[in-house]
Amino acid sequence: MEEKLALFKNRKRFGIEKNIDIIFKNTALVLSSFVAIILLGIILVVFFQSFESFSRYGLKFLVTSEWNPVKDEYGAFSAIYGTLVTSFLSLLITIPLGVGTAIFITEDFVPNVFREIIGSFVELLAAIPSVVLGLWAIFVMEPFLREFFILLHNFFGWIPLFSTEPTGRNSFLAILILVVMLLPIVTSIARDSLNQVPKKLRNAAYGIGASRWKTIFSVILPAALSGIMAGVLLALGRAMGETMAVTMIIGNSNAFSLSLLSPGYTISSMLANQFGEADGSQVSSLFYAAFVLMILSLVVNIFAQWLVKKFSLKY
Amino acid sequence: MNSLYYQKRLSRNVGDKFFTSLSVICALIAILPLIFLVTYILIKGGSQITLELFTLEPNPPGDDLDAGGINPALIGTLIITTIASIIAIPVGVGGGIYLAEYSKGGPFSRFIRFGVNVLAGVPSIIAGVFIYALIVSTKILFGSMYSGFAGGMALSILMLPTVIKTTDEGLKLVPNELRYASLGVGASMYTTILKVTLPSAFRSIATGIVLGIARAAGETAPLIFTALFSYYYITGFGDLFYEMGSLAVLIYNFALEPYDAQNKLAWAASFILVLSILSVNIFSRILAAFTEKTKRV
Repeated sequence: MEEKLALFKNRKRFGIEKNIDIIFKNTALVLSSFVAIILLGIILVVFFQSFESFSRYGLKFLVTSEWNPVKDEYGAFSAIYGTLVTSFLSLLITIPLGVGTAIFITEDFVPNVFREIIGSFVELLAAIPSVVLGLWAIFVMEPFLREFFILLHNFFGWIPLFSTEPTGRNSFLAILILVVMLLPIVTSIARDSLNQVPKKLRNAAYGIGASRWKTIFSVILPAALSGIMAGVLLALGRAMGETMAVTMIIGNSNAFSLSLLSPGYTISSMLANQFGEADGSQVSSLFYAAFVLMILSLVVNIFAQWLVKKFSLKY
Repeated sequence: MNSLYYQKRLSRNVGDKFFTSLSVICALIAILPLIFLVTYILIKGGSQITLELFTLEPNPPGDDLDAGGINPALIGTLIITTIASIIAIPVGVGGGIYLAEYSKGGPFSRFIRFGVNVLAGVPSIIAGVFIYALIVSTKILFGSMYSGFAGGMALSILMLPTVIKTTDEGLKLVPNELRYASLGVGASMYTTILKVTLPSAFRSIATGIVLGIARAAGETAPLIFTALFSYYYITGFGDLFYEMGSLAVLIYNFALEPYDAQNKLAWAASFILVLSILSVNIFSRILAAFTEKTKRV
């Protein structure tokens, strides 16, 4: 009996090893909570830095568009308007294009090899850094589309959206370069959610005599809608925060204009342009603008996640 | 009798043809940007590649016909991404280990997973703004303001969600039998994780991390007011705490210069950046396809 007990004692783990185990677990715990700390840190730091500007201008900051460091007058309406207009309009172009591409990739119009090649081409587009897209937009896209913009102005100049004479960089170009950036996001998420639609739904539709596109429009797309919506919202968040390509091509003018053919501004391009050489209350106002941008993208992102969670268990 | 045959003119068949061609057009439009972009970068950037490009400092913009090289920016990008990786990989892998191995799906882990997704959606320029407020404007790092170190920290915030996600998902794919077997022969939890589960998920985690690094290497927005830019060679360790150039910021700065020589340098830099990022992406794709094939057999 005694001997057996001694044996058991020997088989026990050493105290040191137990401690290592506990330390390891707690280290992992601390490291994982870094995410929460950083996230809260970002929100708090940006909020407190913008406090001075917030208390001076209040919500007036959001609706006035004077940005004058000399007179110390700040309002970010132009930038907020530019952010919203460029991101929504680019999304409006991207959604049909991206979903159409996703349908092409998930249907069997062409052999699988070609579909996979097209799919990976679109995904590789997401790997191109946005600053390179901006470079390309400046030197290739802008000269290429200049004639088109002049035509657009000549024929549709009576619409406020095209009412100004195009002179180089403008909001329309920013929208187009955003389309290039959002396309991979919308396409790959739409493709994944289309792929997840159970095959029997399609077979049932075919079985009662629906044609291919009747099936897609009335069965497949509605079934995949929540996933596609979440992808669209993620893309919207990306579009609002996108900085480099937009900054390089939008023309950076704080003068408010309804026209897409005139230079514009977004919150992120304002930050990129002015942050480096700002001082005094301008810094605080820039932080205020950054705070607005962050809240916008947080709301969109959280809504997207909620949508995914709510609808992902349907099948 | 006739209705048994395919009738071209039937409205449903016409409609089907129409929508099919519409989606073909969508797909063609979708691949056009990449083709245009890569061709232009290959032609415009590829023609600028010389040996001096890799060894010289860039000349300050001016009427100079000779723009110099991009050596400081190239080295700077390597250093800044290395700093970002040194911070983000241990934190991210550790956090991922906690989520996948220890957490039991309670409110804490759900909150962290939620936080990871939210952090992934934070605009990259906000990461720059945050580091500016935290490090640059407070001069907390030995009194230096703009520094390569601050740039690396800003990039690490962007890398962190990617690393945690890939670790979490990679570990979740490891079959539970492996864990039971290891615990069953008396291994402790940390031995199991370090010797069994992490190694068997190594390839997928490593691929995810490398893709994250490649993405970070092209990020510009967090660097423009944390690392700023420098025209001079990086000579020693102390340079970490001064302004540091990077390929991405070089492209941004020189694309906006009115001089042709600087613009050409921007194209050359994007050639190098895009070529390395695309080759990492394509290589990891081939690797993933290859592993999938061997697993199926």
